[in-house]
Amino acid sequence: MAEKRFNALPGFGLTMGYTLFYLSAIVLIPIAGLFLRAFQISFSDFWHLATADRAMAAYRLTFGASFVAAMVNALFGTVLAWVLVRYQFPGKRFIDALVDFPFALPTAVAGLTLASLFAGNGWLGQFLVPLGIKGAFTPLGVIIALTFVGMPFVVRSLQPVLENLEREVEEAAATLGAGRLRTFVSIIGPTLLPTIITGFAQAFARAIGEYGSVIFIAGNKPYESEISPLLIVIRLEEYDVNGAVALAIVLLIISFVMLISINLLERWASRYQH
Amino acid sequence: MKTHTDFVRRGGTSKSQRGTEESPFVKWLLIGVAMLFVVIFLLLPLVNVFAQAFAKGWQTYVKSLLDPDTMAAIRLTLLVAAISVPLNVIFGLASAWAIAKFDFRGKALLNTMIDLPFSVSPVVVGLMFIILFGMQGFLGEWLDSRNIKIIFAVPGIVIATVFITFPFVARELVPVMQATGTEQEQAALTLGAGGWKTFWHVTLPSVKWGLLYGIILCNARAMGEFGAVSVVSGHITGLTDTMPLRVEKLYQEYNATAAFAVASLLALLALLTLAIKTVLEWKQERAHERAQHASAEDMRALEPKV
Repeated sequence: MAEKRFNALPGFGLTMGYTLFYLSAIVLIPIAGLFLRAFQISFSDFWHLATADRAMAAYRLTFGASFVAAMVNALFGTVLAWVLVRYQFPGKRFIDALVDFPFALPTAVAGLTLASLFAGNGWLGQFLVPLGIKGAFTPLGVIIALTFVGMPFVVRSLQPVLENLEREVEEAAATLGAGRLRTFVSIIGPTLLPTIITGFAQAFARAIGEYGSVIFIAGNKPYESEISPLLIVIRLEEYDVNGAVALAIVLLIISFVMLISINLLERWASRYQH
Repeated sequence: MKTHTDFVRRGGTSKSQRGTEESPFVKWLLIGVAMLFVVIFLLLPLVNVFAQAFAKGWQTYVKSLLDPDTMAAIRLTLLVAAISVPLNVIFGLASAWAIAKFDFRGKALLNTMIDLPFSVSPVVVGLMFIILFGMQGFLGEWLDSRNIKIIFAVPGIVIATVFITFPFVARELVPVMQATGTEQEQAALTLGAGGWKTFWHVTLPSVKWGLLYGIILCNARAMGEFGAVSVVSGHITGLTDTMPLRVEKLYQEYNATAAFAVASLLALLALLTLAIKTVLEWKQERAHERAQHASAEDMRALEPKV
């Protein structure tokens, strides 16, 4: 694998040059522009804008709902991945293909259909609302939308790992008298955990930045059901560019921290596979 | 290798064996829990889109789609995808060639940079282009004095879409090009083919399925992007509303049936994307199995005959 590939292929200068030019023009310069704009705000103003009460309420909802949604996905995603890899049942191939649906469906459509499902007269809402479970136009709606958009991460991370698990180890545990639960808790679980955490982190990172699906279902009341990306849009509409930039910088730095953490987590998880 | 990806490939299944199975009760309980999750979060949202779109019958459905402002939104979405997807295909091919076929320092960093757009919130992406090109932005006055409109106009929508869909083609192509190695290209060059000829006749055919895979994912996202486009579009009905923005506007006007009609087209696009993606994965799986089979045959041919 590690063989050196010094070669006579042409085009390195051209393709590398174009890659760096295009990457700079589309991605790096706009990101740098945002930071440059942020430096035009004095530190005390920036701090004030980024930590105002309404902003803090929005962070709490964004991170809290993202965390809960990622937890739901870690739990049910693990069960779904297990079922899809280990068992045979009718419709399995169809469901396996459908797992990527949240990635393929535009977020606006996801928000629209989820809001209609959980509204008082919707297919699910007509049973849930009388029980006091209001999924539409409440903070619970934020969790529902974020669960939907993050759903494929844990399932798709776990499937290859489950497929490559060595059955011999489980057989050995069974031969030595371990019950199925014991085998799962002390043998399979620890092997899967790093991958589950990676999938959780990916779903969490995706949820923090999500906008389209949430605004349809959340109700968007300040201090109550208003997520941070929405507050950025509201600040922009009020021509408060400084306010928008301050919030955006906070979100951007958190995204970068998540990106680095996920890379480290992936490296950690892959140590457990061969 | 990256597994932090919006679409990860699926694989085969393994047969169950004695002594490593759960009891039937546990098995069906787990299947039940998984199916409940699938029904609530995948199946019902999907079916509901079409049920709501056709709630008032075919005629209303067709009529809401033929509305001039909706037709304008459909045309704009097609235009934006037709510009942004080819741009990212060219970048994807160039970057994959450089990354997969050559060794250089900082390759891991470059790979991470290419994935960067996936981790930025779409709203923040929109804001970045407002900061660059908007009236109070760095280039605002310069652009205005030359009468160039980017923000609240089509160019802004295209640029935001290009940023959002930036990594799709490159990240599919890099592993595929790495897997095919450089031997075939070296051979073609030795036989006297030029660089471009080698690329068109040797490299491109060997990565065509990976390329197609990247293109359909890139296209789906380009047509469906909401957040980034929403910030830079200005929401001018009939001019700068894309299909997802049109869905929002119709919904806010309490015209749910029309909103779902436009949404149903986007849901069809998603289903079509999933179908093509699944077929491409089966193709790749089969090609992979065939390759493994062939190499096993080669090994046997090499064994000394007794």
